[in-house]
Amino acid sequence: MKCKELLAMLNEYVDGTVDPAVCAEFEKHMAGCNPCQVVVDNIRKTITLYKDGQPYAMPIQFREKMHDVLRKKWKEKFSAK
Amino acid sequence: MTNPLNPETPDAELVRLAKAGELDAFEALTNRYEQRVYGLAIRMLRQEQDAEDVTQQTFLSVLENLEGFRGEASFSTWVLRIASHAALKIIRKRKGLNTVSLEEATEPSDTLDSIPHPEFIADWRQSPEHLVDRNEVRRLLDEALTRLDEKHRLVFLLRDVEGLSIQETAAALDLSEGNVKVRLLRARLQLREELTRVLGDPARQLIRSHHHHE
Repeated sequence: MKCKELLAMLNEYVDGTVDPAVCAEFEKHMAGCNPCQVVVDNIRKTITLYKDGQPYAMPIQFREKMHDVLRKKWKEKFSAK
Repeated sequence: MTNPLNPETPDAELVRLAKAGELDAFEALTNRYEQRVYGLAIRMLRQEQDAEDVTQQTFLSVLENLEGFRGEASFSTWVLRIASHAALKIIRKRKGLNTVSLEEATEPSDTLDSIPHPEFIADWRQSPEHLVDRNEVRRLLDEALTRLDEKHRLVFLLRDVEGLSIQETAAALDLSEGNVKVRLLRARLQLREELTRVLGDPARQLIRSHHHHE
């Protein structure tokens, strides 16, 4: 496996969906290629950072307004039945 | 009978109760997913008012279409799909492309052969756990995300931030799975590049020996 081929399989490897035979080749390449090892590690950390980042808080006033609208619609819908 | 509306009540049970007309169950579902919907919308649209509109539209649409939801996908996936569609509509309107799909018919740049190679390769100085709560890191993440092409950003948000599968992401954005995969790879590589330039340790930068590996 070459670096370029590894790059093409990167998603599947990082997501753990790669075929076991390909996975073995992938790991064999990485064992002898420090840059690819670091790239894979960088990618995992990048995804972790975005995934664990703080969510944007919904403004509380908007939340209350939306719940009012939804309750009103709900009542319209179920009283019409 | 115990109160079925506790945090452990499965979505499917709340959906069943809501379909039967229980407002409390519908509100519990809304409470469970409104933050995620809002977070997705604001990351897709980068504008608070539009994100609020999308959030409200999404739950109104859930209310209207609940009978039609048969549980083939999980409730969360269904809701995120409705939200993505609502956000896409706004994105298209902004571009004046009301009828054009996000999927361009031919896109020669989005093939595996043209994926750019990583350039700045270095171990990070700190672990994600140490970085995640810092304001300047939050800013870096946001800026890097903004610099992504929209089509790459949307795929990354749904797959990696919201945790949808490739298949679910494809369905939410009306894309083929192959297209989702290529866009995801581009997004991940570009974000890695930008983050590593700031968070990587220059003293440990690795230079790829091209003649050896290519």
